[in-house]
Amino acid sequence: MHGLINRAIEEFARGTYGDEFWQEVVQRCDLGVDHFEAMMSYEPQLTGRVLEGLAAALDTPRAELLEDIGTFLVSSGTGAIRRLLRFSGLDFVDFLHALDDLPARARLAVPELDMPHLRLDLHTPCDFALTVCSPFASELRFGHVMIGLLRAMADDYGALVYLDYKGGRGATEMIAIRLLETAFAEGRAFDLGASA
Amino acid sequence: MSGAAGRGARTEAIHCLDVLCPMHAIVDATGHIVHAGPTLEKLGARAGAAVTGERFLELFELRRPKPVDSMHGLCALAGVKLHLALRRPPRTEVKGILVPVDDCAGVAPPGGAVINLSFGISIIEAVRDFGLTGTDFAATDLAVEMLFLVEAKAAVTEELRRLNRRLEEARSAAEQQALTDTLTGLWNRRAMEPVLARLSAEKRGAALMQIDLDGFKAVNDTFGHAAGDHLLREVAARLTAATRQCDTVTRTGGDEFVLILPGVTDPGQVSRLAGRLVAEIERPLHFDGGTLAVSASIGISIAPPGAAFDPERMVQEADTALYAVKNVGRRGHLIYTPDLGRIGASPARAARR
Repeated sequence: MHGLINRAIEEFARGTYGDEFWQEVVQRCDLGVDHFEAMMSYEPQLTGRVLEGLAAALDTPRAELLEDIGTFLVSSGTGAIRRLLRFSGLDFVDFLHALDDLPARARLAVPELDMPHLRLDLHTPCDFALTVCSPFASELRFGHVMIGLLRAMADDYGALVYLDYKGGRGATEMIAIRLLETAFAEGRAFDLGASA
Repeated sequence: MSGAAGRGARTEAIHCLDVLCPMHAIVDATGHIVHAGPTLEKLGARAGAAVTGERFLELFELRRPKPVDSMHGLCALAGVKLHLALRRPPRTEVKGILVPVDDCAGVAPPGGAVINLSFGISIIEAVRDFGLTGTDFAATDLAVEMLFLVEAKAAVTEELRRLNRRLEEARSAAEQQALTDTLTGLWNRRAMEPVLARLSAEKRGAALMQIDLDGFKAVNDTFGHAAGDHLLREVAARLTAATRQCDTVTRTGGDEFVLILPGVTDPGQVSRLAGRLVAEIERPLHFDGGTLAVSASIGISIAPPGAAFDPERMVQEADTALYAVKNVGRRGHLIYTPDLGRIGASPARAARR
Protein backbone atom coordinates (compact mmCIF):
# COMPACT_ATOMS: atom_id res chain seq x y z
CA MET A 1 0.00 0.00 0.00
CA HIS A 2 1.39 3.36 -0.95
CA GLY A 3 2.17 5.60 2.00
CA LEU A 4 0.12 8.40 0.41
CA ILE A 5 -3.09 6.51 1.13
CA ASN A 6 -2.15 5.74 4.74
CA ARG A 7 -0.94 9.26 5.20
CA ALA A 8 -4.23 10.65 3.88
CA ILE A 9 -6.09 8.55 6.46
CA GLU A 10 -3.74 9.78 9.18
CA GLU A 11 -4.20 13.40 8.17
CA PHE A 12 -7.94 12.94 8.11
CA ALA A 13 -7.85 11.58 11.68
CA ARG A 14 -5.47 14.23 12.98
CA GLY A 15 -7.17 17.08 11.13
CA THR A 16 -10.70 16.13 12.12
CA TYR A 17 -10.27 14.67 15.61
CA GLY A 18 -6.87 15.89 16.78
CA ASP A 19 -3.42 14.45 17.41
CA GLU A 20 -4.34 12.84 20.71
CA PHE A 21 -7.15 10.91 19.07
CA TRP A 22 -4.71 9.68 16.42
CA GLN A 23 -2.25 8.51 19.08
CA GLU A 24 -5.07 6.57 20.76
CA VAL A 25 -5.92 4.87 17.48
CA VAL A 26 -2.24 4.06 16.90
CA GLN A 27 -2.04 2.36 20.29
CA ARG A 28 -5.36 0.62 19.89
CA CYS A 29 -4.35 -0.86 16.52
CA ASP A 30 -0.84 -1.67 17.69
CA LEU A 31 0.50 -0.17 14.46
CA GLY A 32 4.16 -0.16 15.39
CA VAL A 33 4.53 3.29 13.79
CA ASP A 34 2.95 6.49 14.98
CA HIS A 35 2.95 8.22 11.65
CA PHE A 36 3.00 7.26 8.00
CA GLU A 37 5.47 8.52 5.45
CA ALA A 38 3.75 9.57 2.24
CA MET A 39 6.60 8.40 0.05
CA MET A 40 7.10 4.95 1.50
CA SER A 41 5.26 1.66 1.08
CA TYR A 42 3.38 -0.28 3.73
CA GLU A 43 1.68 -3.65 3.99
CA PRO A 44 -1.94 -3.39 2.78
CA GLN A 45 -3.18 -5.06 6.00
CA LEU A 46 -1.92 -2.04 7.92
CA THR A 47 -4.42 0.17 6.09
CA GLY A 48 -7.23 -2.22 6.99
CA ARG A 49 -6.18 -2.18 10.64
CA VAL A 50 -6.08 1.62 10.77
CA LEU A 51 -9.53 1.91 9.20
CA GLU A 52 -10.88 -0.71 11.60
CA GLY A 53 -9.33 1.10 14.58
CA LEU A 54 -10.71 4.45 13.43
CA ALA A 55 -14.22 3.11 12.90
CA ALA A 56 -14.13 1.47 16.34
CA ALA A 57 -12.77 4.58 18.07
CA LEU A 58 -15.42 6.75 16.43
CA ASP A 59 -18.16 4.14 16.74
CA THR A 60 -18.98 4.80 13.08
CA PRO A 61 -19.71 2.32 10.29
CA ARG A 62 -16.77 1.91 7.92
CA ALA A 63 -18.84 3.22 4.97
CA GLU A 64 -19.49 6.51 6.71
CA LEU A 65 -15.85 6.81 7.75
CA LEU A 66 -14.64 6.23 4.18
CA GLU A 67 -17.06 8.81 2.86
CA ASP A 68 -15.76 11.37 5.35
CA ILE A 69 -12.21 10.59 4.27
CA GLY A 70 -13.18 11.14 0.63
CA THR A 71 -14.69 14.53 1.46
CA PHE A 72 -11.68 15.44 3.59
CA LEU A 73 -9.30 14.70 0.70
CA VAL A 74 -10.92 17.41 -1.41
CA SER A 75 -12.03 20.00 1.08
CA SER A 76 -9.24 20.08 3.65
CA GLY A 77 -5.54 20.24 4.06
CA THR A 78 -3.48 22.20 1.62
CA GLY A 79 -6.05 21.89 -1.14
CA ALA A 80 -3.40 20.25 -3.30
CA ILE A 81 -5.58 17.23 -4.08
CA ARG A 82 -8.56 19.43 -4.95
CA ARG A 83 -6.36 21.40 -7.33
CA LEU A 84 -4.93 18.30 -8.96
CA LEU A 85 -8.44 16.90 -9.40
CA ARG A 86 -9.67 20.16 -10.92
CA PHE A 87 -7.11 19.80 -13.70
CA SER A 88 -9.22 16.86 -14.92
CA GLY A 89 -12.18 18.83 -16.15
CA LEU A 90 -13.59 22.25 -16.95
CA ASP A 91 -16.92 21.46 -15.30
CA PHE A 92 -18.35 18.60 -13.26
CA VAL A 93 -19.55 16.61 -16.28
CA ASP A 94 -16.16 17.05 -17.90
CA PHE A 95 -14.66 15.89 -14.61
CA LEU A 96 -16.89 12.78 -14.56
CA HIS A 97 -15.87 11.92 -18.11
CA ALA A 98 -12.23 12.16 -17.08
CA LEU A 99 -12.63 9.77 -14.13
CA ASP A 100 -11.51 6.80 -16.25
CA ASP A 101 -8.18 8.58 -16.64
CA LEU A 102 -7.79 9.36 -12.96
CA PRO A 103 -5.61 6.34 -12.01
CA ALA A 104 -3.29 7.00 -14.98
CA ARG A 105 -3.19 10.68 -14.06
CA ALA A 106 -2.24 9.76 -10.50
CA ARG A 107 0.47 7.39 -11.72
CA LEU A 108 1.87 10.17 -13.87
CA ALA A 109 2.67 11.95 -10.61
CA VAL A 110 3.44 8.95 -8.41
CA PRO A 111 4.26 5.89 -10.51
CA GLU A 112 3.91 3.35 -7.69
CA LEU A 113 0.48 4.53 -6.59
CA ASP A 114 -2.15 1.78 -6.85
CA MET A 115 -5.51 3.42 -7.31
CA PRO A 116 -8.93 1.85 -7.69
CA HIS A 117 -9.80 1.19 -11.30
CA LEU A 118 -12.64 3.49 -12.37
CA ARG A 119 -15.14 3.15 -15.23
CA LEU A 120 -17.92 5.58 -16.00
CA ASP A 121 -21.01 4.46 -17.92
CA LEU A 122 -23.48 6.95 -19.26
CA HIS A 123 -27.14 5.92 -19.03
CA THR A 124 -28.83 9.21 -19.87
CA PRO A 125 -27.14 12.62 -20.15
CA CYS A 126 -27.88 13.06 -16.44
CA ASP A 127 -27.47 9.50 -15.21
CA PHE A 128 -24.10 7.86 -14.77
CA ALA A 129 -22.90 4.66 -13.21
CA LEU A 130 -19.38 4.55 -11.78
CA THR A 131 -17.73 1.19 -11.29
CA VAL A 132 -14.95 1.22 -8.71
CA CYS A 133 -12.65 -1.76 -8.64
CA SER A 134 -10.17 -2.05 -5.79
CA PRO A 135 -6.65 -3.20 -6.65
CA PHE A 136 -6.51 -4.79 -3.19
CA ALA A 137 -8.46 -7.61 -1.63
CA SER A 138 -12.25 -7.27 -1.39
CA GLU A 139 -12.01 -6.26 2.28
CA LEU A 140 -10.19 -3.08 1.26
CA ARG A 141 -12.56 -1.22 -1.02
CA PHE A 142 -12.77 2.48 -1.70
CA GLY A 143 -16.24 2.99 -3.24
CA HIS A 144 -17.39 5.07 -0.30
CA VAL A 145 -14.25 7.21 -0.51
CA MET A 146 -15.24 7.95 -4.11
CA ILE A 147 -18.73 8.99 -2.96
CA GLY A 148 -17.30 11.46 -0.47
CA LEU A 149 -14.79 12.71 -3.02
CA LEU A 150 -17.42 13.10 -5.78
CA ARG A 151 -19.77 14.93 -3.44
CA ALA A 152 -17.05 17.39 -2.47
CA MET A 153 -15.94 17.86 -6.10
CA ALA A 154 -19.56 18.50 -7.20
CA ASP A 155 -19.67 21.14 -4.50
CA ASP A 156 -16.41 22.58 -5.75
CA TYR A 157 -17.74 22.86 -9.31
CA GLY A 158 -21.09 24.21 -8.08
CA ALA A 159 -23.04 21.21 -9.40
CA LEU A 160 -25.94 19.52 -7.62
CA VAL A 161 -25.75 15.72 -7.69
CA TYR A 162 -27.42 12.77 -6.10
CA LEU A 163 -25.07 9.89 -5.30
CA ASP A 164 -26.21 6.41 -4.43
CA TYR A 165 -24.10 3.44 -3.38
CA LYS A 166 -25.47 0.46 -5.28
CA GLY A 167 -23.50 -2.20 -3.45
CA GLY A 168 -20.49 -4.28 -4.28
CA ARG A 169 -19.34 -7.73 -5.16
CA GLY A 170 -15.81 -8.88 -4.53
CA ALA A 171 -13.45 -6.01 -5.18
CA THR A 172 -15.98 -4.21 -7.41
CA GLU A 173 -18.51 -1.61 -6.31
CA MET A 174 -21.10 0.48 -8.13
CA ILE A 175 -22.13 4.07 -7.59
CA ALA A 176 -25.09 5.75 -9.28
CA ILE A 177 -24.58 9.43 -10.09
CA ARG A 178 -27.55 11.60 -11.00
CA LEU A 179 -26.84 15.11 -12.16
CA LEU A 180 -29.62 17.38 -10.91
CA GLU A 181 -28.11 20.70 -11.93
CA THR A 182 -24.72 21.52 -13.43
CA ALA A 183 -24.69 25.13 -12.31
CA PHE A 184 -26.62 24.98 -9.06
CA ALA A 185 -24.28 27.28 -7.21
CA GLU A 186 -21.23 29.34 -7.92
CA GLY A 187 -18.36 26.86 -7.87
CA ARG A 188 -15.06 27.61 -6.25
CA ALA A 189 -12.68 29.45 -8.50
CA PHE A 190 -9.89 27.45 -10.06
CA ASP A 191 -6.80 29.30 -11.21
CA LEU A 192 -4.69 27.09 -13.46
CA GLY A 193 -1.47 28.83 -12.52
CA ALA A 194 -2.13 29.52 -8.85
CA SER A 195 0.69 27.54 -7.36
CA ALA A 196 2.88 27.02 -10.38
CA MET B 1 -22.98 22.99 -35.55
CA SER B 2 -26.39 23.47 -37.16
CA GLY B 3 -25.78 27.18 -37.62
CA ALA B 4 -22.56 26.63 -39.49
CA ALA B 5 -24.32 25.82 -42.75
CA GLY B 6 -25.80 29.29 -42.84
CA ARG B 7 -22.49 31.04 -42.39
CA GLY B 8 -20.33 32.11 -45.21
CA ALA B 9 -17.39 29.89 -46.08
CA ARG B 10 -14.95 32.39 -44.60
CA THR B 11 -16.85 32.65 -41.32
CA GLU B 12 -16.96 28.91 -41.12
CA ALA B 13 -13.25 28.56 -41.79
CA ILE B 14 -12.42 31.20 -39.19
CA HIS B 15 -14.67 29.53 -36.64
CA CYS B 16 -12.85 26.29 -37.37
CA LEU B 17 -9.49 27.99 -36.72
CA ASP B 18 -10.77 29.63 -33.51
CA VAL B 19 -11.75 26.24 -32.08
CA LEU B 20 -8.77 24.22 -33.27
CA CYS B 21 -6.07 26.88 -32.85
CA PRO B 22 -7.24 29.52 -30.40
CA MET B 23 -3.85 31.22 -30.60
CA HIS B 24 -3.70 31.83 -34.34
CA ALA B 25 -3.40 35.08 -36.22
CA ILE B 26 -4.51 35.75 -39.79
CA VAL B 27 -2.33 38.38 -41.44
CA ASP B 28 -2.71 40.20 -44.73
CA ALA B 29 -0.08 40.90 -47.42
CA THR B 30 1.27 43.87 -45.44
CA GLY B 31 1.67 41.79 -42.30
CA HIS B 32 -1.26 43.32 -40.42
CA ILE B 33 -3.42 41.07 -38.29
CA VAL B 34 -6.93 40.88 -39.71
CA HIS B 35 -8.19 38.27 -37.26
CA ALA B 36 -6.87 36.68 -34.06
CA GLY B 37 -8.00 33.57 -32.20
CA PRO B 38 -9.71 34.18 -28.84
CA THR B 39 -6.67 33.26 -26.71
CA LEU B 40 -4.37 35.51 -28.72
CA GLU B 41 -6.91 38.33 -28.29
CA LYS B 42 -6.83 37.68 -24.55
CA LEU B 43 -3.03 37.85 -24.52
CA GLY B 44 -3.11 41.18 -26.32
CA ALA B 45 -5.77 42.57 -24.01
CA ARG B 46 -3.78 41.54 -20.89
CA ALA B 47 -0.59 43.02 -22.35
CA GLY B 48 -2.44 46.21 -23.21
CA ALA B 49 -2.01 45.87 -26.95
CA ALA B 50 -4.53 45.84 -29.74
CA VAL B 51 -4.18 42.63 -31.71
CA THR B 52 -6.48 42.97 -34.69
CA GLY B 53 -5.23 45.77 -36.90
CA GLU B 54 -1.73 45.63 -35.46
CA ARG B 55 1.28 44.59 -37.52
CA PHE B 56 2.23 41.07 -36.46
CA LEU B 57 5.91 41.96 -36.22
CA GLU B 58 5.09 45.02 -34.08
CA LEU B 59 3.36 42.70 -31.62
CA PHE B 60 5.91 39.91 -31.72
CA GLU B 61 9.63 39.98 -32.19
CA LEU B 62 10.99 37.12 -34.28
CA ARG B 63 14.14 35.80 -32.60
CA ARG B 64 14.82 32.55 -34.42
CA PRO B 65 15.69 31.20 -36.89
CA LYS B 66 16.57 34.85 -37.71
CA PRO B 67 15.14 38.30 -37.04
CA VAL B 68 13.08 39.68 -39.94
CA ASP B 69 11.21 42.95 -40.21
CA SER B 70 8.98 42.50 -43.22
CA MET B 71 6.05 40.35 -44.23
CA HIS B 72 8.14 39.22 -47.15
CA GLY B 73 10.89 37.97 -44.83
CA LEU B 74 8.33 36.32 -42.58
CA CYS B 75 6.68 34.46 -45.44
CA ALA B 76 10.06 33.15 -46.50
CA LEU B 77 10.11 31.22 -43.22
CA ALA B 78 6.87 29.38 -44.00
CA GLY B 79 6.77 25.92 -42.42
CA VAL B 80 9.77 26.62 -40.17
CA LYS B 81 9.46 26.63 -36.38
CA LEU B 82 9.51 30.25 -35.27
CA HIS B 83 10.78 31.46 -31.89
CA LEU B 84 8.92 34.64 -31.06
CA ALA B 85 8.52 36.90 -28.06
CA LEU B 86 5.87 39.42 -27.16
CA ARG B 87 7.41 42.87 -27.56
CA ARG B 88 5.55 44.22 -24.52
CA PRO B 89 5.94 42.98 -20.98
CA PRO B 90 5.83 40.26 -19.82
CA ARG B 91 7.70 39.53 -23.09
CA THR B 92 6.38 35.99 -23.13
CA GLU B 93 8.19 33.65 -25.49
CA VAL B 94 6.07 31.65 -27.89
CA LYS B 95 6.59 29.15 -30.64
CA GLY B 96 4.93 29.65 -33.98
CA ILE B 97 4.47 28.34 -37.48
CA LEU B 98 3.37 30.22 -40.56
CA VAL B 99 1.33 28.89 -43.47
CA PRO B 100 0.92 31.20 -46.48
CA VAL B 101 -2.75 31.30 -47.49
CA ASP B 102 -3.32 32.88 -50.78
CA ASP B 103 -6.87 31.93 -51.44
CA CYS B 104 -8.25 29.34 -49.11
CA ALA B 105 -11.96 29.96 -48.63
CA GLY B 106 -11.02 33.61 -48.40
CA VAL B 107 -9.59 33.10 -44.91
CA ALA B 108 -6.76 35.51 -45.53
CA PRO B 109 -6.50 38.23 -48.15
CA PRO B 110 -4.26 37.46 -51.16
CA GLY B 111 -0.61 37.35 -50.12
CA GLY B 112 -1.60 36.75 -46.49
CA ALA B 113 -0.88 33.93 -44.08
CA VAL B 114 -2.08 32.07 -41.00
CA ILE B 115 0.33 31.95 -38.08
CA ASN B 116 -0.40 29.55 -35.24
CA LEU B 117 1.22 30.12 -31.86
CA SER B 118 1.81 28.06 -28.77
CA PHE B 119 3.54 28.66 -25.44
CA GLY B 120 5.98 25.81 -25.35
CA ILE B 121 7.91 25.72 -22.12
CA SER B 122 6.87 29.24 -21.10
CA ILE B 123 3.38 27.93 -20.40
CA ILE B 124 3.74 27.96 -16.61
CA GLU B 125 4.45 31.69 -16.49
CA ALA B 126 2.05 32.44 -19.32
CA VAL B 127 -0.91 30.86 -17.55
CA ARG B 128 -0.20 33.01 -14.52
CA ASP B 129 0.65 36.20 -16.43
CA PHE B 130 -2.43 36.08 -18.63
CA GLY B 131 -4.89 34.44 -16.25
CA LEU B 132 -5.55 31.63 -18.72
CA THR B 133 -8.08 28.92 -17.96
CA GLY B 134 -8.80 25.47 -19.40
CA THR B 135 -11.14 26.98 -22.01
CA ASP B 136 -8.32 29.09 -23.45
CA PHE B 137 -6.69 25.99 -24.85
CA ALA B 138 -7.92 23.70 -27.58
CA ALA B 139 -9.59 20.65 -26.04
CA THR B 140 -6.92 18.47 -27.65
CA ASP B 141 -4.07 20.61 -26.35
CA LEU B 142 -1.89 18.94 -23.71
CA ALA B 143 -1.28 22.26 -21.97
CA VAL B 144 -3.52 21.51 -19.00
CA GLU B 145 -2.01 18.04 -18.61
CA MET B 146 1.39 19.67 -18.60
CA LEU B 147 0.30 22.06 -15.86
CA PHE B 148 -1.14 19.14 -13.88
CA LEU B 149 2.13 17.29 -14.20
CA VAL B 150 4.21 20.27 -13.12
CA GLU B 151 2.06 20.82 -10.06
CA ALA B 152 1.89 17.12 -9.14
CA LYS B 153 5.63 16.72 -9.52
CA ALA B 154 6.24 19.80 -7.40
CA ALA B 155 4.05 18.33 -4.65
CA VAL B 156 5.84 15.00 -4.82
CA THR B 157 9.27 16.63 -4.82
CA GLU B 158 8.34 18.74 -1.82
CA GLU B 159 7.14 15.63 0.02
CA LEU B 160 10.38 13.81 -0.82
CA ARG B 161 12.39 16.79 0.35
CA ARG B 162 10.58 16.70 3.69
CA LEU B 163 11.07 12.95 3.94
CA ASN B 164 14.78 13.38 3.27
CA ARG B 165 15.04 15.97 6.00
CA ARG B 166 13.24 13.73 8.51
CA LEU B 167 15.44 10.77 7.59
CA GLU B 168 18.56 12.90 7.94
CA GLU B 169 17.42 14.07 11.38
CA ALA B 170 16.66 10.50 12.41
CA ARG B 171 20.06 9.36 11.14
CA SER B 172 21.98 11.97 13.05
CA ALA B 173 19.91 11.30 16.18
CA ALA B 174 20.64 7.59 15.87
CA GLU B 175 24.32 8.35 15.43
CA GLN B 176 24.27 10.53 18.52
CA GLN B 177 22.70 7.74 20.50
CA ALA B 178 24.83 4.97 19.07
CA LEU B 179 27.36 3.54 21.47
CA THR B 180 29.48 1.59 19.07
CA ASP B 181 32.34 2.63 16.86
CA THR B 182 31.43 1.65 13.32
CA LEU B 183 35.01 1.01 12.18
CA THR B 184 36.15 -1.41 14.88
CA GLY B 185 32.87 -2.54 16.42
CA LEU B 186 34.25 -1.54 19.83
CA TRP B 187 32.29 0.65 22.22
CA ASN B 188 32.75 4.37 21.63
CA ARG B 189 33.35 7.29 24.01
CA ARG B 190 29.65 7.66 24.79
CA ALA B 191 29.55 4.08 26.08
CA MET B 192 32.19 4.81 28.74
CA GLU B 193 30.02 7.05 30.86
CA PRO B 194 27.39 4.50 31.95
CA VAL B 195 30.07 1.84 32.56
CA LEU B 196 32.13 4.12 34.81
CA ALA B 197 29.01 5.29 36.64
CA ARG B 198 28.05 1.69 37.36
CA LEU B 199 31.55 0.69 38.53
CA SER B 200 31.71 3.72 40.80
CA ALA B 201 28.42 2.72 42.36
CA GLU B 202 29.65 -0.86 42.85
CA LYS B 203 32.71 0.42 44.81
CA ARG B 204 34.83 -2.58 43.78
CA GLY B 205 37.54 -0.38 42.42
CA ALA B 206 38.75 -0.38 38.79
CA ALA B 207 41.61 0.50 36.51
CA LEU B 208 41.32 2.74 33.49
CA MET B 209 43.87 2.68 30.70
CA GLN B 210 44.25 5.39 28.07
CA ILE B 211 46.03 3.85 25.10
CA ASP B 212 47.49 5.99 22.37
CA LEU B 213 49.09 4.38 19.32
CA ASP B 214 52.58 5.64 18.51
CA GLY B 215 53.48 5.87 14.85
CA PHE B 216 49.93 5.49 13.56
CA LYS B 217 50.08 8.67 11.51
CA ALA B 218 53.18 7.38 9.74
CA VAL B 219 51.32 4.19 8.79
CA ASN B 220 48.42 6.25 7.46
CA ASP B 221 50.72 8.56 5.54
CA THR B 222 52.88 5.78 4.11
CA PHE B 223 50.36 3.05 3.39
CA GLY B 224 47.10 4.99 3.08
CA HIS B 225 43.85 5.09 4.98
CA ALA B 226 42.79 1.56 4.10
CA ALA B 227 45.95 0.28 5.82
CA GLY B 228 45.28 2.58 8.77
CA ASP B 229 41.74 1.29 9.11
CA HIS B 230 42.95 -2.28 8.87
CA LEU B 231 45.49 -1.63 11.60
CA LEU B 232 42.88 -0.07 13.89
CA ARG B 233 40.62 -3.08 13.45
CA GLU B 234 43.50 -5.42 14.21
CA VAL B 235 44.50 -3.47 17.32
CA ALA B 236 40.86 -3.59 18.45
CA ALA B 237 40.84 -7.36 18.01
CA ARG B 238 44.13 -7.80 19.89
CA LEU B 239 42.97 -5.60 22.78
CA THR B 240 39.73 -7.56 23.00
CA ALA B 241 41.59 -10.88 22.93
CA ALA B 242 44.04 -9.77 25.64
CA THR B 243 41.34 -8.64 28.05
CA ARG B 244 38.54 -10.32 29.96
CA GLN B 245 34.90 -10.55 28.95
CA CYS B 246 33.94 -8.17 31.76
CA ASP B 247 36.42 -5.49 30.64
CA THR B 248 35.22 -2.65 28.44
CA VAL B 249 37.30 -1.88 25.36
CA THR B 250 36.44 1.41 23.66
CA ARG B 251 37.84 3.39 20.80
CA THR B 252 37.55 7.01 21.86
CA GLY B 253 39.19 8.77 18.95
CA GLY B 254 41.28 8.27 15.81
CA ASP B 255 44.06 6.15 17.34
CA GLU B 256 42.98 6.32 20.98
CA PHE B 257 41.56 3.48 22.98
CA VAL B 258 40.34 3.24 26.55
CA LEU B 259 40.17 0.06 28.60
CA ILE B 260 38.06 -0.15 31.73
CA LEU B 261 38.98 -3.05 33.99
CA PRO B 262 36.52 -3.67 36.84
CA GLY B 263 38.01 -4.91 40.14
CA VAL B 264 41.63 -4.57 38.95
CA THR B 265 43.36 -2.40 41.54
CA ASP B 266 46.79 -4.00 42.12
CA PRO B 267 49.44 -1.79 40.45
CA GLY B 268 51.67 -4.77 39.74
CA GLN B 269 48.89 -6.66 37.99
CA VAL B 270 47.90 -3.58 35.98
CA SER B 271 51.53 -2.96 34.98
CA ARG B 272 51.96 -6.51 33.74
CA LEU B 273 48.79 -6.27 31.68
CA ALA B 274 49.86 -2.90 30.24
CA GLY B 275 53.23 -4.34 29.25
CA ARG B 276 51.48 -7.26 27.56
CA LEU B 277 49.17 -4.91 25.67
CA VAL B 278 52.07 -2.79 24.38
CA ALA B 279 53.77 -6.01 23.20
CA GLU B 280 50.58 -7.17 21.49
CA ILE B 281 50.14 -3.84 19.72
CA GLU B 282 53.80 -3.84 18.61
CA ARG B 283 53.46 -7.25 16.92
CA PRO B 284 53.97 -6.33 13.19
CA LEU B 285 51.03 -6.66 10.89
CA HIS B 286 51.24 -7.57 7.22
CA PHE B 287 48.98 -5.71 4.88
CA ASP B 288 48.95 -5.59 1.11
CA GLY B 289 52.60 -6.55 0.81
CA GLY B 290 53.77 -4.06 3.47
CA THR B 291 54.50 -4.39 7.17
CA LEU B 292 52.63 -2.09 9.47
CA ALA B 293 54.30 -1.44 12.80
CA VAL B 294 53.15 0.79 15.62
CA SER B 295 53.73 0.97 19.32
CA ALA B 296 51.64 2.34 22.15
CA SER B 297 51.75 4.64 25.16
CA ILE B 298 49.46 3.81 28.04
CA GLY B 299 48.39 6.06 30.89
CA ILE B 300 46.70 4.31 33.79
CA SER B 301 44.59 5.44 36.72
CA ILE B 302 43.43 3.16 39.50
CA ALA B 303 40.35 3.67 41.68
CA PRO B 304 40.86 1.81 44.96
CA PRO B 305 38.16 -0.58 46.17
CA GLY B 306 35.71 0.34 48.91
CA ALA B 307 34.81 3.79 47.62
CA ALA B 308 33.01 5.46 44.79
CA PHE B 309 35.15 7.45 42.34
CA ASP B 310 34.70 10.44 40.09
CA PRO B 311 34.71 9.04 36.51
CA GLU B 312 35.74 12.34 35.01
CA ARG B 313 38.68 12.65 37.35
CA MET B 314 39.70 9.09 36.60
CA VAL B 315 39.83 9.81 32.90
CA GLN B 316 41.83 12.97 33.55
CA GLU B 317 44.34 11.12 35.72
CA ALA B 318 44.87 8.46 33.07
CA ASP B 319 45.34 11.27 30.59
CA THR B 320 47.96 12.92 32.76
CA ALA B 321 49.82 9.62 33.07
CA LEU B 322 49.61 9.13 29.29
CA TYR B 323 51.17 12.52 28.63
CA ALA B 324 53.91 11.73 31.08
CA VAL B 325 54.69 8.61 29.02
CA LYS B 326 54.69 10.67 25.83
CA ASN B 327 57.06 13.16 27.46
CA VAL B 328 59.71 10.52 27.99
CA GLY B 329 59.64 9.42 24.40
CA ARG B 330 56.54 7.22 24.13
CA ARG B 331 56.34 3.38 24.15
CA GLY B 332 55.52 2.24 27.62
CA HIS B 333 53.09 2.78 30.41
CA LEU B 334 52.73 4.72 33.62
CA ILE B 335 50.34 4.62 36.53
CA TYR B 336 49.07 7.99 37.70
CA THR B 337 50.42 9.45 40.94
CA PRO B 338 49.59 12.93 42.21
CA ASP B 339 53.14 14.23 41.58
CA LEU B 340 52.64 13.57 37.83
CA GLY B 341 50.26 16.47 37.82
CA ARG B 342 53.18 18.84 38.38
CA ILE B 343 55.04 20.05 35.34
CA GLY B 344 58.15 18.11 34.57
CA ALA B 345 57.51 15.60 37.34
CA SER B 346 59.58 12.41 37.42
CA PRO B 347 59.31 11.29 33.81
CA ALA B 348 61.99 8.72 34.51
CA ARG B 349 59.44 6.60 36.27
CA ALA B 350 57.72 5.67 33.05
CA ALA B 351 58.27 1.97 32.67
CA ARG B 352 60.21 1.24 29.49
CA ARG B 353 60.14 -2.10 27.93
